[in-house]
Amino acid sequence: MSSSPSVPRLQLSGISKRYPGCLANDRIDLSIAPGEIHALLGENGAGKSTLMKIIYGVTQPDSGEIRWQGEPLKMRDPAMARSLGVGMVFQHFSLFETLSVAENIALAMGAAAGTPKQLEPKIREVSQRYGMALEPGRLVHSLSIGERQRVEIVRCLMQDIKLLILDEPTSVLTPQEADELFVTLRRLAAEGCSILFISHKLGEVRALCQSATVLRGGKVSGHCIPAECSDLQLARLMVGDAEGLESSYPKAGGGLPRLRVDDLSWHNADPFGCTLSQIRLEVRSGEIVGIAGVAGNGQDELLALLSGETRLPRSERERISLDTQPIADLYPDARRKLGLAFVPAERLGHGAVPDMSLSDNALLTAFQQGLLSKGLIQRGKVRALADEIIQRFAVKTPDADAPARSLSGGNLQKFILGREILQNPKLLVAAHPTWGVDVGAAAAIHRALIALRDAGAAILVISEDLDELFQISDRIGALCSGKLSPLAATAETEAVEVGRWMAGEFAPLPPITSPLAAAAASLS
Amino acid sequence: MLLSLEPRGQQSRAMLWLSPLLAAVLTLCSGALLFALLGHDPLDTLHTLLIAPLADWYGVSELLVKALPILLCALGLAVAYQARIWNIGAEGQLLLGALAGSAMAIQIIDWDSRWALVWVVLAGVAAGAAWGGLTAWLRTQFNANEILTSIMLNYIALNLLLFFVHGPLKDPAGFNFPESAMFGDASRLPLVSEDGRLHAGLYFALLALVAVWVLLHKSFLGFQIKVLGLDRRAAGFVGFREKRLVWFALLVSGGLAGLAGVGEVAGPIGQLVPQVSPGYGYAAITVAFLGRLNPLGILFASLLMALLYLGGENAQMTMNLPQAITQLFQGMMLFFLLACDVLILYRPRLKLKWAQRTTNAEAMA
Repeated sequence: MSSSPSVPRLQLSGISKRYPGCLANDRIDLSIAPGEIHALLGENGAGKSTLMKIIYGVTQPDSGEIRWQGEPLKMRDPAMARSLGVGMVFQHFSLFETLSVAENIALAMGAAAGTPKQLEPKIREVSQRYGMALEPGRLVHSLSIGERQRVEIVRCLMQDIKLLILDEPTSVLTPQEADELFVTLRRLAAEGCSILFISHKLGEVRALCQSATVLRGGKVSGHCIPAECSDLQLARLMVGDAEGLESSYPKAGGGLPRLRVDDLSWHNADPFGCTLSQIRLEVRSGEIVGIAGVAGNGQDELLALLSGETRLPRSERERISLDTQPIADLYPDARRKLGLAFVPAERLGHGAVPDMSLSDNALLTAFQQGLLSKGLIQRGKVRALADEIIQRFAVKTPDADAPARSLSGGNLQKFILGREILQNPKLLVAAHPTWGVDVGAAAAIHRALIALRDAGAAILVISEDLDELFQISDRIGALCSGKLSPLAATAETEAVEVGRWMAGEFAPLPPITSPLAAAAASLS
Repeated sequence: MLLSLEPRGQQSRAMLWLSPLLAAVLTLCSGALLFALLGHDPLDTLHTLLIAPLADWYGVSELLVKALPILLCALGLAVAYQARIWNIGAEGQLLLGALAGSAMAIQIIDWDSRWALVWVVLAGVAAGAAWGGLTAWLRTQFNANEILTSIMLNYIALNLLLFFVHGPLKDPAGFNFPESAMFGDASRLPLVSEDGRLHAGLYFALLALVAVWVLLHKSFLGFQIKVLGLDRRAAGFVGFREKRLVWFALLVSGGLAGLAGVGEVAGPIGQLVPQVSPGYGYAAITVAFLGRLNPLGILFASLLMALLYLGGENAQMTMNLPQAITQLFQGMMLFFLLACDVLILYRPRLKLKWAQRTTNAEAMA
């Protein structure tokens, strides 16, 4: 490394960026030393992504100064950033699934770097040096998410790298894969490469990073040394004073089985999609069952089958039953009539119509709750329902006429969850209920779920956030490549074991129960 | 240099409502400019075009006669467009409604009973709906783009009409003119008043206006149509049946256009002729958007569009201006409306690229 350790590798001072309607970055200062692993912490919408794009030259700041190894400069575009030795691994990978690893890397590096064949030895060498096993000839679509991430990182390491930016790299990894990634990152840092690690998971930031910059609402809310701060202190920096940051809920045993999924197999016609095989699952009244898993392992497919967006033929309708009534062939509205409620993963565009008002969005799923009369909408009742949701679940909005798109993620999620809860469901299926939601709203959502459970509803939560699942669920399992692990009582298992399940390490299913035995079990 | 559009942070609702008015004013201004360039007195020409036709009751009744088919087509289109089903086929659906209505009227030309009219109107509505249903079938069964199929069906409908009016439906006692026999009195729409040609199609149009308003603004079916248009995934998530809604929207759309068509032949024309429609079905597309897909807005927009038809004829007769004036004004109206909408939602920005480059170069140096 050319520069002396006293000169920071990258120094930002007074960086501001305004987008129409919001100040994304407000006079941000940040300094990263050579060989330092620096965390950038903050909730969704705190301005992390904008800052990162400014460093990588994707967007230009409105004001402020960037110094690279002490020299002021203007980061014109990503090509310039790469030529300076800045590498970036985005949260969503930019890989061509039908090409091989070497071809993808060659594409990203440009013609000057050589043909895929010429690059292969170097790819092998880099991947071995940093302990990231990777076979250059394999096609990307056959790689796991963790392996795809390695392709992205190796691509950055192929050139002389001085600063590596990673955007929430562990959100797609199992705990074990994350630990392997950390070994690689530490080795890189030891060789003098600076690393900017963007995350909102406090535990891993503390384990990995020497220093941290915390953003809140576009501003720096503090610099700190993560090892010396408690989770609560860091969380306060990230979200301010919010209640319920630290809470644990008593576990419940559950009563009668509500939802039964019986040897559900479903072939996905999409070659890159996930095929479900022999899913067997039971959710009882008064309990929360959590299903962990890295995205893309069959969660979306299972959710669609449960909600009714994907339906099975009538001959297979017994595969999913609600209170012993087969429902696998029913449309979503018929399932809702039987007491199923559903909170999808995507709030805008799936759970709510962005351009419609909150009261229209209340009508969207609650229309079978006496809001219609002879096919006409009872506007007064719809409005009253929307107002009740807003008031009971503390949704921050001017009124029920505000369009759904104008609400923040957490507020809209509270509204959607409230809409489903006020329909008094027997079974609630919730996908990623607190994804992208700030800590305060997440705590409110957790409390609402627990209250619904205690009122006797059965709840199935599918989430990628293992901490969340351990916090709220009574039993837990994991999906991997379309197969479901056995479920265990949350109190009797631990993250390591569930992490193994997420990686597919669980025993094959016990022999199929006969329909008679299943019927007997559901009756008892 | 690069022109780019950025979304405005704050969208003005008031401006979005005023945008059709703004478009109308801009159309008038450009029209006046055009007339001045052609060497006509702009104010005088605009008077001939827009005010003179409404000087007496006869003019007003003619305006209504012209507005009725446009209004009916546009109301149907609004239902389809709310579901983001881009039915461009109102013209074909209208022609087929006229054709089927005429065929029925010729069959029962000797009837005296009131039922004759009922059968004629029903035949027209059913044929229009069936023509719309063809588009729905192609879309739900084969996922064929409804814009393309409905446009192509327009030409098929026109040629079917021409075939029948030159062939099977030609009046045997008509000196070989391409037109059918005059319908029997029982299958004609009665006149609303003694003067003028305003006919009972007016009641159909008012009925359709109220029905579409209730459908779109009060009924749950209309809500489902709007959800389907705004957010297909959300519609699937709550179990709205997409195929049924597509069928419904296109059947309503086609049925109303068919009603417009049969209203023309059973009303002012009284027989089947090749020129049943001077492009009412296409004008209705502009009208539907000009009226913001809102039944009341569509009512005003269709009156305006009818005025342009009438004024165009008037200008042709009194000032020797070409008939194309009507289409020109229609086109300008749609153009300005779309331009206003874009500029209300987005802010144009000139990016001076070379300026950016020099500053970058300075920074690098």
